[in-house]
Amino acid sequence: MDFDKEFDASGLSCPLPILKTKKALADMASGQVLKLIATDCGAVKDMQAFSDQTGNPLLSTAEEAGKYIFFMKKK
Amino acid sequence: MTTKKMAIIATKGTLDMAYPPFILASTAAALGYEVQVFFTFYGLQLLRKDLSSVMISPLANPAMPMPVPMPVMVQMLPGMESMATMMMKQKLKKHGVASLEELRSLCLEADVKFIACQMTVDLFEFDKSEFIDQCEYGGAAMFMGFAGDTDICLFI
Repeated sequence: MDFDKEFDASGLSCPLPILKTKKALADMASGQVLKLIATDCGAVKDMQAFSDQTGNPLLSTAEEAGKYIFFMKKK
Repeated sequence: MTTKKMAIIATKGTLDMAYPPFILASTAAALGYEVQVFFTFYGLQLLRKDLSSVMISPLANPAMPMPVPMPVMVQMLPGMESMATMMMKQKLKKHGVASLEELRSLCLEADVKFIACQMTVDLFEFDKSEFIDQCEYGGAAMFMGFAGDTDICLFI
């Protein structure tokens, strides 16, 4: 998937992946896509909850070799 | 859509109990909540510029996981608190959990409002210069003005 910005939150625990996502989205334009990489398994539910509550669509969630890859579109 | 609000009353000043208010406040702020944290009694320690005195004690804390079982008599020995604090901080770092300083800065960056209890400052004769500049001083009534209108209100 094409993306405009990437943030690697590998090794970070709750709530850092969410806080870093929020910060990464802050300087992006509406419609741009953020790729977030995390190793915290709690991030799977947290990213969905973040998306639901902030309205930034979570385009996809995937697991690859122990890492979780998220693509989120800025609303 | 109106902005959701969360209020937290932080009353504890130990390392373990310092995490919940900062984690919840920073996360709620990231989710778009307007957040205020009222620090009172021992919670005021969390507003110090220098957080190195925020510690954890194994004493009277039977739920704290220990590498080896430790009799209470041993937990009382001098230096045990510093040792437990050092070990806890190492563990937090190893697991990628943010430091208190980092979480607190993230709260401030996200416009979480910190209120320090003026009565506690007077009671313990604290020097305000030891606290971070980004906090306001106020009392219970001031906090109620915000708390009375929140979606989530927690006492920690």
